[in-house]
Amino acid sequence: MKYLDEYRNPEIVGKIIDAIKKTVTRPWVIMEICGGQTHAIIKNGLDQLIPSEIELVHGPGCPVCVTPLEMIDRAIAIARQPNVTLTSFGDMLRVPGSSQDLFGIKARGADVRIVYSPLDAVAIARENQDRKVVFFAVGFETTAPNCAMAVRQAKREGLDNFYLLVSHVLVPPAIRGLLSSPTNRVQAYLLAGHVCTIMGWQEYESVAQEFNLPMVVTGFEPVDILSGVLAAVQQLEAGRATVENQYSRVVRREGNAEARKVLEEVFETVDRAWRGIGSIASSGFRLRSEYRAHDAEIAFEVGDLKAKEPEVCISGLVLQGLRRPFECPAFGKQCTPQTPLGATMVSSEGACAAYYAGGRHRLPTIER
Amino acid sequence: MSHENIHEDTVQLAHGSGGSMSRDLVSQVFLRAFGNASLNRLDDHALVEAGSNRLAFSTDSYVVDPLFFSGGDIGDLAVNGTVNDLCTGGGRPICLSAGFIVEEGLPIADLKRVASSMSKAAKRAGVPIVTGDTKVVDRGKGDKLFINTSGIAVVEHNFEIHGGNLQPGDKVLISGTIADHGISILALREGLSFETSVQSDTAALNGLVADILEAGGGSVHAMRDPTRGGVGAVLNELAESSGAAIALREECLPIAPPVRGACEILGLDPLYIANEGKMIVSVAADRAEAVLRAMRSHELGDQAAEIGEVTADCPGLVSLLTALGTRRIVDMPVGLQLPRIC
Repeated sequence: MKYLDEYRNPEIVGKIIDAIKKTVTRPWVIMEICGGQTHAIIKNGLDQLIPSEIELVHGPGCPVCVTPLEMIDRAIAIARQPNVTLTSFGDMLRVPGSSQDLFGIKARGADVRIVYSPLDAVAIARENQDRKVVFFAVGFETTAPNCAMAVRQAKREGLDNFYLLVSHVLVPPAIRGLLSSPTNRVQAYLLAGHVCTIMGWQEYESVAQEFNLPMVVTGFEPVDILSGVLAAVQQLEAGRATVENQYSRVVRREGNAEARKVLEEVFETVDRAWRGIGSIASSGFRLRSEYRAHDAEIAFEVGDLKAKEPEVCISGLVLQGLRRPFECPAFGKQCTPQTPLGATMVSSEGACAAYYAGGRHRLPTIER
Repeated sequence: MSHENIHEDTVQLAHGSGGSMSRDLVSQVFLRAFGNASLNRLDDHALVEAGSNRLAFSTDSYVVDPLFFSGGDIGDLAVNGTVNDLCTGGGRPICLSAGFIVEEGLPIADLKRVASSMSKAAKRAGVPIVTGDTKVVDRGKGDKLFINTSGIAVVEHNFEIHGGNLQPGDKVLISGTIADHGISILALREGLSFETSVQSDTAALNGLVADILEAGGGSVHAMRDPTRGGVGAVLNELAESSGAAIALREECLPIAPPVRGACEILGLDPLYIANEGKMIVSVAADRAEAVLRAMRSHELGDQAAEIGEVTADCPGLVSLLTALGTRRIVDMPVGLQLPRIC
């Protein structure tokens, strides 16, 4: 299949691996920020191919994972109200709140639906004007433009029965937060190709400079990820620290100007809590005052819910690259995708769930 | 991983997905209530003795929405599905029953259309529908039409062919491309359109199975049609029942390009997507080539492929050698496969 097979070609992969082996002279810790990349690394066993000097650690770039438990409880509280249709992307609905999940309340009669785009939720609101239709807006800069367009469209059409429950988070403040931590081990970043498709990479240039750390905009296929690793290792070995673009078939330095414009028009930045990490300043979006009538948190008065995380879970440490999933005593035992205890197991793109899906609870160390 | 408890106190859709949640529901509710030697094997059919005859008996219910889809409808599925379950033990299906639960308001024309495709499917398979039942429920108390079919097959051989009979050294074969049915339904249900349409693979495989048996005889150790939960779930069931491991090779998995494309776009793994006209066969290595040739000579098996082998290490484990030469485990899916956010 064109645009896919060439990025999974075993011969090309072999050549990149050889180049990494020739370049590396000492241990390095590289973090891929995006859950999609974590998933691809485990699914394709890329960690079995790279030389042992390089440790890949998995970042907080799974939007479902970092959505705070309180926010899920809010979505559930909203969906349980009469005359409400709650919509979201598929993998958000399985995530347990403090006592139940959205699929569970669907089974008890709540109207909870999977949609593929927030614009589908606007269509539901248009066709059901006697119901309140809420879209649970989760995701990074990647999915935020669609949500912004949805709420803008609803406002234009006067659909005052359409609401967004906004839980969007932003990547650069999270990277800055992780790098500022005294326990940081990460020496280079693979940046998330999809996020940079929207936002470009200008905002990362100051981070690379300030922390003297290489960053590579990276795609999602084996050839992409390994090329990203190679570029990062080349910079590390040469003592350079710039932002480089491996994913040039998709990403431009300035990103997607139209998408950024609609984000600017609809959202403003706000402090947001990240599950497993805590509050990070200016790390998320909320609706601007012109759109506040569509803000579900205000309309449904669910802002003050509080939740408590299970104590055994070490997902915060996993998200910072300080522990690996199989180092957790609950991994694959009390904590499975069916009964997740924390952030990194709740979505298929979380590091723990990716390790579980790759069978690493049964064979933690697949021979390299 | 098996779980000791059902964690939910109400039934959820995922309990019907064919993955580990389905398995838990069956073992903790139904096996506990009805358990017996025949049922406990959890094969797609039961083997029963009637005098000196061995019979296979099977039942299945069909609740697909939409009723009509590219490549078939609920009627074809209901006939073909039960015929296929019956012949996984190498039996020759001889008759079917059909039970209809119809929601008030269903156009008679739709019911006629479904009956007509059932009739055609039964003729094609050479298995008559010999008894039936009809119930109508209030509007809103059912989803248009549900169909149950049951069937009987005669088992005319003395071979051991069942899900617990994989043997180390066996080759694992599949009769054609995977995930076609699930993707055709998903595309229609969610209004997704692709450049090339994907058709359901619904088909009765009793003719193909007869050819497989003729070529492989007692060297055929197990057969299973990978419906709900897909190839991944079914191989896990076979590996677990047999206490054997299965090693797959990624590059040998036959996947039609449009199906592969749809899976990429939706973030779904074709290994866990339903098929309605495919058979997985575990056969001793020395007869594998002959069985594969027989499958490829049949019109429903022309894309048949050897996809892996049975090994003795790590009982119950299904693993996959990727095209890059790395290895990953293909675990039992948990619940529904869900499209990912990004």
